[in-house]
Amino acid sequence: MSFINYASREINCKIVYYGPGLCGKTTNLQHVYQKTAPDAKGKMISLATETERTLFFDFLPLALGEIRGFKTRFHLYTVPGQVFYDASRKLILKGVDGVVFVADSQEERIDANIESLDNLRYNLKEQGYDLDKLPYVIQYNKRDLPGAMTVEELRRDLNPTSVLEFEACATTGEGVFETLKAIAKLILVDLKKGK
Amino acid sequence: MSNPQMVMYDEEFQEINEVIGRLLNDANAKVIFLVDKNGQLISGVGDTERFDTTSLASLTAGNIAATGGLAKLIGEKEFSILFHEGEKDNLHISIVGGRVILVVLFDNRSSLGLVRLRVKKSSDELSAIFDSLLKKAEDRERKGVSDFPFAEITDDDIDNLFN
Ligand SMILES: Nc1nc2c(ncn2[C@@H]2O[C@H](COP(=O)(O)OP(=O)(O)OP(=O)(O)O)[C@@H](O)[C@H]2O)c(=O)[nH]1
Ligand SMILES: [Mg+2]
Repeated sequence: MSFINYASREINCKIVYYGPGLCGKTTNLQHVYQKTAPDAKGKMISLATETERTLFFDFLPLALGEIRGFKTRFHLYTVPGQVFYDASRKLILKGVDGVVFVADSQEERIDANIESLDNLRYNLKEQGYDLDKLPYVIQYNKRDLPGAMTVEELRRDLNPTSVLEFEACATTGEGVFETLKAIAKLILVDLKKGK
Repeated sequence: MSNPQMVMYDEEFQEINEVIGRLLNDANAKVIFLVDKNGQLISGVGDTERFDTTSLASLTAGNIAATGGLAKLIGEKEFSILFHEGEKDNLHISIVGGRVILVVLFDNRSSLGLVRLRVKKSSDELSAIFDSLLKKAEDRERKGVSDFPFAEITDDDIDNLFN
């Protein structure tokens, strides 16, 4: 749920990066953080385990600039991908304006991808959202790895509704901003339509 | 959409700031923030410069969400007040009108008892303001009044954001 503040002329939107454990959600945010000018970003917060797995969420606030005199801010969150953190994932989804599903392209992770996508759909539904009506894009990450499935295979298994999709290598940053721009744009277009 | 659009207008914004400004004095607090349950900062008074308010808002909301989850697990609706005691500074966090989070930071020039008492009174006032805010937003929507700044936004406007 975006927050429009007419008093301070600001619009805030919430983007959630979802996907199975180790697919590269945190790495996406880290790249955005590193490549964003200091005046356009806040601190990145990572609530993580000692082994750098996301425990609760990562959070990165971005102030992209103004549209029609309104400061436009995006709050980027990642969920913890590990299966047993489901309760936390539900909490992070509250008030979401747009979702990026980060898939792990490696063949051995296809089941984990499918499970996580089902879990996303289910958790959204529980809160009254429908993934098919929400601004939503898919990122096929880890394209650099030798065991990566082809995009056609991934599309068949993970993108039956043909939402916008992007190939990425989050460690080098390839595809990361393309993905972010796409979801931000979908959210703004959705806002424009009004509800 | 499952949630109504959260909006804030000048009039209510001023009213809110008056209430929390008064609370700041009455409770002898150092700083006070209002945060929405999704982690967005609504307003702050006092020594706000010293804090990373955006991070504070997000972590507060995460904290409330996590304890809310805990509450449900043990059969409570929610814990409406959280208190964190530090060596110097303390945090009093409470839920106002079921929707908004009020964060009061205070040190030993005040006390938990005083803060709790003052927060209670301010909460009722804030609750009333947020009620009328919600009604106003609904009214406008029903009448089709759109002061929404994005109605005429173009693709170029959006693309420019990223350049
Ligand atoms: N080769 C390769 N490695 C990647 C890529 N993206 C992320 N990684 C690595 O994968 C590992 C996990 O990445 P994270 O970003 O922590 O994964 P996550 O999705 O946040 O995982 P959880 O927090 O457990 O849900 C790290 O070692 C990353 O460096 C990629 O595109 N290619
Ligand atoms: Mg992570």
